[in-house]
Amino acid sequence: MPIAYIPRTRELYSSYEPYRWMVNESVPWTPLRRPLAQSRLAMMSSGGILYRDQPRFHREDASYRRIPKSARRDELSVWHFGYPTADASRDPNCVFPLERLREFERERIIGELCDPALSFMGGIYSARKVRDELAPQIAAELKAAHAEAFLLVPA
Amino acid sequence: MVEAAGIPTLTMTSALDITRAVKPPRAVFVNFPLGHQTGKPDDRGLQRAILRDALGAFESIDAPGTIVELPYQWDTTDNSWEERDYRPGFMARQPSREEADRIEAERRARFAAG
Repeated sequence: MPIAYIPRTRELYSSYEPYRWMVNESVPWTPLRRPLAQSRLAMMSSGGILYRDQPRFHREDASYRRIPKSARRDELSVWHFGYPTADASRDPNCVFPLERLREFERERIIGELCDPALSFMGGIYSARKVRDELAPQIAAELKAAHAEAFLLVPA
Repeated sequence: MVEAAGIPTLTMTSALDITRAVKPPRAVFVNFPLGHQTGKPDDRGLQRAILRDALGAFESIDAPGTIVELPYQWDTTDNSWEERDYRPGFMARQPSREEADRIEAERRARFAAG
């Protein structure tokens, strides 16, 4: 049975006021214009990925990091307080599949991987911060990169 | 906001109930523990398979709010991780502020030097 995360979050944070989850009634929709094999794909992970000496995240941090598409595994590290990061630290592809997407680009499964890839630390309790601070900057990054499709990987 | 800017999105998830509440345009569910949405460490074959299936859903989903559930199993003989995960005490001990600062300083020094 898949884990019911909403009740378990209440259990984990039982000393706090119950978290009010974002509940959306309507769903935005933009169709994919061309097959992925011809599209420019952007990727973002909420796994708290850092490139080289980029500053680490902190709690309630709605900033993001730009990770060069060419980054090697040994140039990446992980900072996140909300999930066990040992596996992602050893192999970031568990939550930030940069190497796999580079392979898919070479194999023409995707048209092109946008540069840079993006990462933030998903332990942000404020939906307002995500909506008003983080999301507009990400949308601007994607437009600047001429992204035609966007893959989001949580952690 | 990204869809409104004209860019179609697909999100992976391992939290079905949260994703049902949030209703992203396209979602792909893999029932793996947190921190493994695109597979297990150093298992390139599994990572590729999950990611290929996820990207396939990008093209196959044609109704807003669809969640595609992939059949991957974390452990085919033992589901007990579902009981343990994301419960009080499931995280390893967090480093103290001093330890965290030291780890951070070492990381930055390593790359600043090289």
